[in-house]
Amino acid sequence: MTDDLLGGFRDPEHARALVDAIRETAVEPSTFMEVCGTHTMAIAKNGLRGVMPDTIKLLSGPGCPVCVTANVDIDIAIETARQPGIILTTFGDMMKVPGSYSSLAREKADGRDVRIVYSPLDSLALAEAVPDKHVVFLGVGFETTAPTVALSIREAKRRGLKNWSALALHKTVPEALRALTNDPDVQINGFILPGHVSTIIGSEPYRFLAEEYGVPGVITGFEPVDVLQGIWMLAKQRAEGRAEIEIAYTRAVMPEGNPVAVRVIEEVFEPVDTEWRGIGVIPGTGLAIRAEFAEYDTRVRVPVTPPETREIKGCQCGDVLRGAILPFECKLFGRACVPEHPIGPCMVSSEGSCAAYYRYTDYGRS
Amino acid sequence: MCLGIPAKIVDGPNDNQMAEVDILGVRRWVSIHMVPEAKIDDFVLVHAGFALEIISERFAAETLELFRQMEMPGTEHLEPLELPELPSQIGLQ
Repeated sequence: MTDDLLGGFRDPEHARALVDAIRETAVEPSTFMEVCGTHTMAIAKNGLRGVMPDTIKLLSGPGCPVCVTANVDIDIAIETARQPGIILTTFGDMMKVPGSYSSLAREKADGRDVRIVYSPLDSLALAEAVPDKHVVFLGVGFETTAPTVALSIREAKRRGLKNWSALALHKTVPEALRALTNDPDVQINGFILPGHVSTIIGSEPYRFLAEEYGVPGVITGFEPVDVLQGIWMLAKQRAEGRAEIEIAYTRAVMPEGNPVAVRVIEEVFEPVDTEWRGIGVIPGTGLAIRAEFAEYDTRVRVPVTPPETREIKGCQCGDVLRGAILPFECKLFGRACVPEHPIGPCMVSSEGSCAAYYRYTDYGRS
Repeated sequence: MCLGIPAKIVDGPNDNQMAEVDILGVRRWVSIHMVPEAKIDDFVLVHAGFALEIISERFAAETLELFRQMEMPGTEHLEPLELPELPSQIGLQ
């Protein structure tokens, strides 16, 4: 795609033409799911659900890394922050997410040293500045974030830092899509695949969706017209009886991804089974720090025993995350659970499905 | 969360594969380990202090405009970018 075509990605006429094309193409009833928090926000904010033909249903999947983090993992982070001599650093998104009994924001208010950083490298710099404390970086996120933490671990080793470690809660996307495809409660006919996760991993890791399950996928950018184009390409594949993994977002995604980033993820992390909120344990979708980097693994350096996990009463965040219900179908949505007083993580995180629905639509207002 | 923000390399890269970038008017040093061929004046997608990929200047400008429209945290104070050919609303609703 050439640069002079890019102006069209914001053009309302182009958007309307794509909506018309979707209406013409979507003869097969189809449920398409996006699995990226930024797509969730783009669809909600631009009212894209409202312009879909009756044949197309759009679902939001587990695309918000904060939301899919299991209670037990948040409890471990909180317990780690409570240990003496610890400074826990993390991205701002993690602060308000409730665990079983508390949140990092509440722990900070109670006097624990919890700090927000922009980059894991800032966390390394902090460790160098305070040699008498142990600085933990709490890492969440998918393949976009994993290499930044992997490189930080490698950098800590290179600098010989003794008082820094990472609590890695990273998750990988493709096998989670397999779990969703196998879920009998949810029939997905196509995936709107995440843009910047795919900048790292490329298109190849999704290929099994098309080949083993006959479910097409389109790697899609974040502008409204990008999303419409992704939906149209999915509808077209359905209409033509094809199932392939295509890249609509060629401006930032190459089929092979970023090989340097993929290599560094593999060098520092190994795949492990991990629990996703609402979905359960998905084999091989967690990233554990390899033994040769154990001195930078918080689970080794600061082992803790979290309290017994407790789920949030009435919260259906898990069902929302796997697409079994839409946010406004939860009894708490818009009543007990609103952005000012969120109960579940899908309403806490700004890119959570519930927060996006509440902010940008009228659904389910009591 | 999995979002790269466009930035322009304004200084470096140095021997430690760090480069100074301009992100929405803020300057900071980021790692270019993942894009070792990046050089001064290139535009890159930056996530959590690391450049993920080299992108075109026009894509960078349009994406920044999108972030402003999406009211991304940290962009509230920004003036609209000078991209007169872009409509302020997509107008689908």
